[in-house]
Amino acid sequence: MIITISLILIGIAVFLSFLRLLIGPTVSDRLLAADTLTTITAASIVLVAFVLGRLIYMDVAIVYAVIGFVGVVTVARYLEGGI
Amino acid sequence: MEIAGQVLVLIGAIFLFLGSLGIIRMPDVFNRLQAGTKATTLGALSLIIGVGLMNTAFLWKAIVLVVFVVLTNPISSSTIARASYKMKVPMFKGTIKKMEESFLEEEEK
Amino acid sequence: MRKVKGFILLWLFTMIAWVLGTGTFRIDELVTGLVLSFGVVVLFASFTSLYRDIKITPKSIVLMPVYLIVFLWEMIKSNIDVALRVINPAMPIKPGVVQLKTRLHSPLAKLILANSITLTPGTLTMDVKDDSLFIHWIDVEAENIEEATRKVGWKFERILKEIIQ
Repeated sequence: MIITISLILIGIAVFLSFLRLLIGPTVSDRLLAADTLTTITAASIVLVAFVLGRLIYMDVAIVYAVIGFVGVVTVARYLEGGI
Repeated sequence: MEIAGQVLVLIGAIFLFLGSLGIIRMPDVFNRLQAGTKATTLGALSLIIGVGLMNTAFLWKAIVLVVFVVLTNPISSSTIARASYKMKVPMFKGTIKKMEESFLEEEEK
Repeated sequence: MRKVKGFILLWLFTMIAWVLGTGTFRIDELVTGLVLSFGVVVLFASFTSLYRDIKITPKSIVLMPVYLIVFLWEMIKSNIDVALRVINPAMPIKPGVVQLKTRLHSPLAKLILANSITLTPGTLTMDVKDDSLFIHWIDVEAENIEEATRKVGWKFERILKEIIQ
């Protein structure tokens, strides 16, 4: 029951962040929405791993978090003019 | 254990929801970053630890993931904040600027 | 001496990362990890001088968990603060950019301080230049540098200067 409610809340969260990704007036807004989406997705992969009872999905979540972090930092440094 | 885990998962989901509500409602990039980073970091921490408590086989990997998220999330948001400050993304009107003269002059250039 | 300390601490952290990643304490895994992390540290120790500045005294070892607890408490407070601001229909914000001064010199200490400030109530680190930190504050309470430093960074800096030189 609680898992269902949590999944619905996470679904709404993904929808709202995606809305910001679509309407965001500046590039920074879109990047920030992508950053938020990364964290939310990593958390929801963990929840899915629990629901399905697959321990291996935890590794997927860890790798997803790593790649998301590196991607966001790379794009931010590019926008800043560092690379 | 089981119930504590469920409560933590629910709190985590609520904070993730509030974080994304924050990035919709706040007026400019920096305020959105404030709401987005803080709420999603604690939300992810609470949700992942909650899952670890509900099924202790997940606990070890959950701790690894939580440590990683808590260490890297502030770094990525700081980088975004610095990039948008240097790109001169418009700030919310009425934003106060208070720093030593030399830095303000440097910014004018 | 400080180089050796930096080397050993880097080895220790690499080893902790290995144990966290593999998730077992079997002896063959541990030996493989020791050898591999030694190789990694020999290759990369000259690129980083971060860990040389950590103090190893009884006082600093006791203060590390204290710092963690202070940090977690501030993080929970900041989340409740942000949640209340987001839910409130009137949206009570008064944003501003403020400069802080820090007395910490080590890059590692500045990194930890900046990260802690980002996760505490209403503040977000934007840039670090020498001994100045630029903070975006969602509800500015103090505009001059000394007062802002005391309000935002002091509770972390007080503990950090005991842990890291």
